[in-house]
Amino acid sequence: MKPAFDLKEVQKIRKDFPILGLEVHGKSLAYLDNGATTQKPLAVLNSLEEYYRQYNANVHRGAYYLSEKATEAYEGVRPKVCKFLGTSKTSEVIFTRGTTDALNLVCSSWGSENVKAGDEIVVTRMEHHSNFVPWQALAKRKGATFTVVELDSQGRLDLESLKKVLDRKPKILAITLMSNVLGTINPIREISLMAKEAGALVVVDGAQGVGHLPVNIGDLGHIDFFAFSSHKMCGPTGVGVLWGKEEVLDKMPPYQYGGDMILSVEDQLTRWNELPWKFEAGTPNIADVIAFGAAIDYLFDLDRAKIHAYETELTQKALDRLLRVPGLKILGPHTVEQRGAAVSFTLPQIHPHDLATYLDHQGIAVRAGHHCAQPLLKKLGVVASTRASFYFYNLPEEIDRLGTALEGALEYFGVKA
Amino acid sequence: MTQELDALYKDIILDHQKSPRNFGTLPDADVLREGFNPMCGDHIFLELKYSADRKKISACRFRGEGCSICMASASIMTEEVAGESVDFALREIAAFRELMKGTKLPDDFEGDIEALAGVRKFPVRIKCALLAWTTLKDALEHGTEDGNFTKTE
Repeated sequence: MKPAFDLKEVQKIRKDFPILGLEVHGKSLAYLDNGATTQKPLAVLNSLEEYYRQYNANVHRGAYYLSEKATEAYEGVRPKVCKFLGTSKTSEVIFTRGTTDALNLVCSSWGSENVKAGDEIVVTRMEHHSNFVPWQALAKRKGATFTVVELDSQGRLDLESLKKVLDRKPKILAITLMSNVLGTINPIREISLMAKEAGALVVVDGAQGVGHLPVNIGDLGHIDFFAFSSHKMCGPTGVGVLWGKEEVLDKMPPYQYGGDMILSVEDQLTRWNELPWKFEAGTPNIADVIAFGAAIDYLFDLDRAKIHAYETELTQKALDRLLRVPGLKILGPHTVEQRGAAVSFTLPQIHPHDLATYLDHQGIAVRAGHHCAQPLLKKLGVVASTRASFYFYNLPEEIDRLGTALEGALEYFGVKA
Repeated sequence: MTQELDALYKDIILDHQKSPRNFGTLPDADVLREGFNPMCGDHIFLELKYSADRKKISACRFRGEGCSICMASASIMTEEVAGESVDFALREIAAFRELMKGTKLPDDFEGDIEALAGVRKFPVRIKCALLAWTTLKDALEHGTEDGNFTKTE
């Protein structure tokens, strides 16, 4: 493993994120809700402003300077995404509104064409609603079976159960790279190779992992689709990527219809544009895609291996500190192996919403609720939990503040051990 | 700790949360209504027993799981409306909504309701306080005819 950032480096990195200097309720902000969205560095903010100030124009259309410049910048992000994912074909990179949109694209387009009554669609217990509900709805629409693979007591996928399900030759396996609640990182390579042997389409939700771990599509075994969002990796909201295998994308019908996705239109016949534009109907989110490119450059410069190493240190510290808080229970693995920097927990007798309000008044921003993973929380027997999720700009002292504040909350709400 | 936070978590609120009044089920209830807040998972069941002429709420109980604001608000509400007329309850619900919106002042209220006024400073928590009241409104106006499921706005 590469050496992690030292504190001096992190302090320097923090200067790239103006928002981190904010005060909230008179306390300096400790932003620990990075699983929901990350903050944006100056490079991204500047990129947005530069586009709107200096070359705002529609893409793929006008034969004039501004439009050419905008098109070049917009299309220039595709090779960056390829480099980021370790792939080579820009035809395989489709810009979407986000992960949810990307997953819905696969579900509507590939699903409507290929899933039939009696087929089986498989997801896991740890999926976010965005990689659960579309498949459940598709299964209902088609009369297919919808199967949820369970987890072990540590919150890791039960590979033996998965193997049994795969023996039935399901049509689709939709699985997350990293759980947004448990922090669990799935062994996608091992899983996808098994699923491919069973003949399943493998769809990976990369939203939680991709800005934190060095992701290389080639290292993920044999996957067909990989979906992720810009805003969870320093980029703007409203942009995501669907990476898909060219031969699979080629055979799929369009997802939405309109401008930009066509080659020619006649009264009774339209010919679709080639990849990737076949799947990008309408004027795209030009400014945000370009700024997403700036986010990718930023992460490349920092080095994702170092980011992961530093986040692992933070996670270790968070697990150690939180487990010392009386009565606190961590949902998910208690060790950092194959685990990311999202740590969900419950405190006795304090509802996560009350806790989040209390922490907010200490300047600490965390997520409280069901984390868009109701089937998982129900299975774990909790209505809601609190989640602290870290990024490379978080400081060890912010974890100390969190630990102290949690103990303060126990006292404030009069919880007796 | 900030004054604002103390104004939210008054002792009365925490007391209602720790020992909720009218908590449980009504075996011979006329209406059972479910209330749910999809954003945070607050979830309550409200049961009502009417007088013979249906003009009075003779008993009102709730159960469920939620944050302290949600549970305390439900507890306080059941105390307010149990034994009162349906008309009174509807007026109280309207007044409480105005208190949360800030168009009515806490001075207009008596008793434990006033303690909930601190919620107004916490916009995201207003729906927690309103869940029980919205569920009661639907129970009184629709019974269970419109699907028996209330969701906070």
